[in-house]
Amino acid sequence: MPFIPHTQQDTEEMLSTIGVANIENLFDEIPDTLRHANIEAIPSGITEMELTRLMKERAKRDGGMTCFIGAGAYEHHIPAAVWEIASRGEFLTAYTPYQAEASQGTLQLLYEYQTMMASLMGLDVSNASLYDGASALAEAVLMAVRANKFSKSQRVLMPRTVHPFYREVVATIVGQQNIELIEVPFDLASGCTSMEALKKISGDITALIIPQPNFFGVLEDVDALTDWAHAQKALVIAVVNPLAMSLLKAPGHWGSNGADIACGEGQPLGVPLASGGPYYGFLCCKQDIVRQLPGRIVGRTVDQEGKEGFVLTLQAREQHIRRAKATSNICTNQGLLVTASTIYMSLLGPEGLRLSAIACHQNTCLFREKLKKVEGVKKIFSGAFFHEIVLQFSQPVDNVLEELAKFNIQGGYAISQFYSELENCLLVCVTETKTEFDMDEYVAKLQIVLRHLNSTEKKAALNCEEGN
Amino acid sequence: MLIFEKSESGRNATSQHVRLAHTKIEIPEKFLRTDKPLLPEVSELQVVRHYTRLSRKNYSIDTQFYPLGSCTMKYNPRGVHRLAFLEGFLQRHPLSLDINSQGYMACAYELQEILKTVTGMKGVSLTPMAGAQGEFAGVAMIRAYHESRGDTARNEFLVPDAAHGTNPASAVQCGYKVKEIPTGPDGNVDVAALQAAVGPHTAGIMLTNPSTLGVFEQKIQEIAAIMHKAGGLLYYDGANLNAILGKVQPGAMGFDVMHINLHKTFATPHGGGGPGGGPVAVNERLLPFLPMPIVTKTNDTYAWLTEKECPQTIGRLSAFMGNAGIILRAYMYARLLGKEGLLRVAEFATLNANYLLARLRAAGFTAAYPTRRASHEFIITLKDEAKELHIGALDVAKRLLDYNFHAPTMYFPLLVPECLLIEPTETESKQVLDAFADTMIKILEEAKTNPDLLHTAPHTLSVRRLDEVKAARELDLVFKKA
Amino acid sequence: MSNIPKKLKYSKTHEWVRKDDDVLTIGVTDHAQTMLGDLVYVELPELELDIEAGQECAVIESVKAAADIYCPVSGEVIEINEALLENPQLVNEDPYGKGWLFRMRAFENENSELLTPDQYSKLVASEAH
Repeated sequence: MPFIPHTQQDTEEMLSTIGVANIENLFDEIPDTLRHANIEAIPSGITEMELTRLMKERAKRDGGMTCFIGAGAYEHHIPAAVWEIASRGEFLTAYTPYQAEASQGTLQLLYEYQTMMASLMGLDVSNASLYDGASALAEAVLMAVRANKFSKSQRVLMPRTVHPFYREVVATIVGQQNIELIEVPFDLASGCTSMEALKKISGDITALIIPQPNFFGVLEDVDALTDWAHAQKALVIAVVNPLAMSLLKAPGHWGSNGADIACGEGQPLGVPLASGGPYYGFLCCKQDIVRQLPGRIVGRTVDQEGKEGFVLTLQAREQHIRRAKATSNICTNQGLLVTASTIYMSLLGPEGLRLSAIACHQNTCLFREKLKKVEGVKKIFSGAFFHEIVLQFSQPVDNVLEELAKFNIQGGYAISQFYSELENCLLVCVTETKTEFDMDEYVAKLQIVLRHLNSTEKKAALNCEEGN
Repeated sequence: MLIFEKSESGRNATSQHVRLAHTKIEIPEKFLRTDKPLLPEVSELQVVRHYTRLSRKNYSIDTQFYPLGSCTMKYNPRGVHRLAFLEGFLQRHPLSLDINSQGYMACAYELQEILKTVTGMKGVSLTPMAGAQGEFAGVAMIRAYHESRGDTARNEFLVPDAAHGTNPASAVQCGYKVKEIPTGPDGNVDVAALQAAVGPHTAGIMLTNPSTLGVFEQKIQEIAAIMHKAGGLLYYDGANLNAILGKVQPGAMGFDVMHINLHKTFATPHGGGGPGGGPVAVNERLLPFLPMPIVTKTNDTYAWLTEKECPQTIGRLSAFMGNAGIILRAYMYARLLGKEGLLRVAEFATLNANYLLARLRAAGFTAAYPTRRASHEFIITLKDEAKELHIGALDVAKRLLDYNFHAPTMYFPLLVPECLLIEPTETESKQVLDAFADTMIKILEEAKTNPDLLHTAPHTLSVRRLDEVKAARELDLVFKKA
Repeated sequence: MSNIPKKLKYSKTHEWVRKDDDVLTIGVTDHAQTMLGDLVYVELPELELDIEAGQECAVIESVKAAADIYCPVSGEVIEINEALLENPQLVNEDPYGKGWLFRMRAFENENSELLTPDQYSKLVASEAH
């Protein structure tokens, strides 16, 4: 019996202590008509060895690709120590640190994490994590609505340069609560949120969301956007790549007064791509709205003898105490990923993180240069970029990607499905993990693929004409 | 000592630094950061030693018995964790083409099928990232269902007073008013009160069964009939699914939608507070509203179902497809156990709970519901000890830590004064349960002879009892350099 | 036994009201603060806010609980006890004095639903069982 340690004798002794004849009798309070679940469709159990064989085969089917996809999940080098330590049973198999004295390891680590993340964002405080970047943005919107005492309209400005999936998640989550999300268009030349369009929006505004870098990899004019929003008495929600913030101006320093809330996806800091999760969402804010911050928060305090220690604090905002009036329904968060991320940030330090960010940017610049010699492909958007660029092809992108995949290259992410005005566009990302060789391979294979597709297209066109 | 206090400017773990020929960039100055973030500057060994030592200040399943009620702290198989770290799974980008994702998608699809079978439901979406998000998804689907029928007057959700705090919070997040339903003296929902509460405004009810009181809701079929007659739907909070896994299907009880806590019932690691996994399962009528994406299979090829194929979906809940790594682990756990093993989960979880309850009652502890069979967990109340010996649940919990046991859940559910909610799970042996019972007896004895030992516990951990009032009054949430 | 001053009126939800000419001072009772334990935070209503009797208008929090304050009378908030924002423990130390919550100008003359000290004593006694 997998993982059940009882011997026959144990079971018999236990039943006799309880005073029942068999295990089935323990279920005698359940109506008989309910007690006959049929789970025959589930296969029989297998051993760890058999499972290993099966999973290795499946993993192999998905592996071995050189990845140039970004779009919210980024491949970075993760030092071996990160997951070696995060996988220690004491971190891996502990529960939420409700018994503070028996959880000082996790609690101190979370306090250190809060310090690192708040500082990276240039803000005062951080919570101990949310599910992922998209749901963190939804929580940030709800938080802004609670925190903005001047605004009664519940109108939140959502630039179209925010990740399309993030926009969908925010709509799903806050859409149930009478919050109006107003789309802000972008400038087709620069790829930035359009300041002109923004200025045409009138009336009471609760918050403006500002992505940095935005979905296209382009850098937004965060200072101007922040100052404009604050002039409207709106709060500013930054949704940013945390790795980029080691190089780029932190949200807390945007404009004259800084963003009020910063959130985003923690994955670039030590979490593998792993099919999209588990990742973690981070959420930081200014001190004066800390009570609107949802999720768990760790505080430093002292014990009976005056010795330093750590506890979960501000719990009265949370669902297990405040129930229907809680700031959020979140309970379980993504503690293990934060554990990995804290170790990652400690290993890289401020300089290591900055160098990784620079390497990503330099690689992307180099890749852009190499692409110039490929016919039928051009980089669009003139704005400054971090580590992603948008390429426009002279033909549909889906075929190109499928052909590139045959060479074990994941060529990017097709984005025209979200932006009808951006026909045949591909979002490409080059992180520090890519070598010049990888880029040359991409370019060479892309040329082959394009040649091949053009010739089959011509042939198809020819066949078509002949048919007529 | 904090890692920041070990930091020295200019010290680095240089083998983790990218080698660059130069640091020139093409980003205008106005976009750039000018200050240095407060990250530690330490060597690799310092990092490894610091966090390894911190880990040793934690209690965990791997090191201690962890009978935390309602949390199902069972053994998390190591093999499963290792296999989730296979290169092919780790490297797979969530937006990879379907042709490069068939391995992962096969696992996700098969888990969907397994969960359909154990729950007795018709459809599953794996995307919710924890129980609370599953609750949100479930309630949002119920709302979408009513709205799709033009039934827009339903603005109230019913929640028993014994429910997890996430239940009312989730209902509110979906725009509902919450009405509490009282519990009767036997631990069952007060059906008369329910009957009086339902009406044309009722959208649905959220129930946990067995309830957080550690007993099976015996009138569940009657409750389902009352709700359905009133036009409301039933949400099953799967937090306690471990009690009935493979024995009773929530679908058969009359539930329309539910979530499953993979980090509880399917043994994925809790990681000091997460990640979790909260897939939702629905019956026929809620199928069109499931959150996206879902894996579908045609011939032998897997593909993603999205908004395009399912226009009535409540939408997306995560940027990609939920906590994929947790989904993989839950799948592997289900395969290791198989149908025979899954059935034994409920049997032995229930055996362990009833055995531990019998031993504690024999030793003089008071069961909160003495006439009831325990499910996979049970409550003892220390209200008599509190009155006579001035010893509360908190004191016993903290003293247990001294004896190298994690404490049970305390002061939840709120209905039972001075309560300890104890869930041993199926993976603990009789010997461990005996040792725990013996320790509880010893602590009760200490409470009579030397109560101060309890009041000032714990004595043997890295810190003594911590001052939570100071923590909340004088918020210190980040370290600041002196 | 908790302290229930004779000069005040009380609500069923454990607020007290003191009347000085047309100004009403509102706080929570000694019984309520004892039940909650050490307070760590008090959230007060906004100045100039009009509140109906029975409406939630403030929150007091301890480490393990949060309680809503229901306004015992209808009126306009004219003063809040800002000392509580820094020192919420004043509510524990002196619930009828330095721990007052806010002051209002009432819209109506008298709220007949308020309890006398004797009635409130009985309510507290009945809740103890």
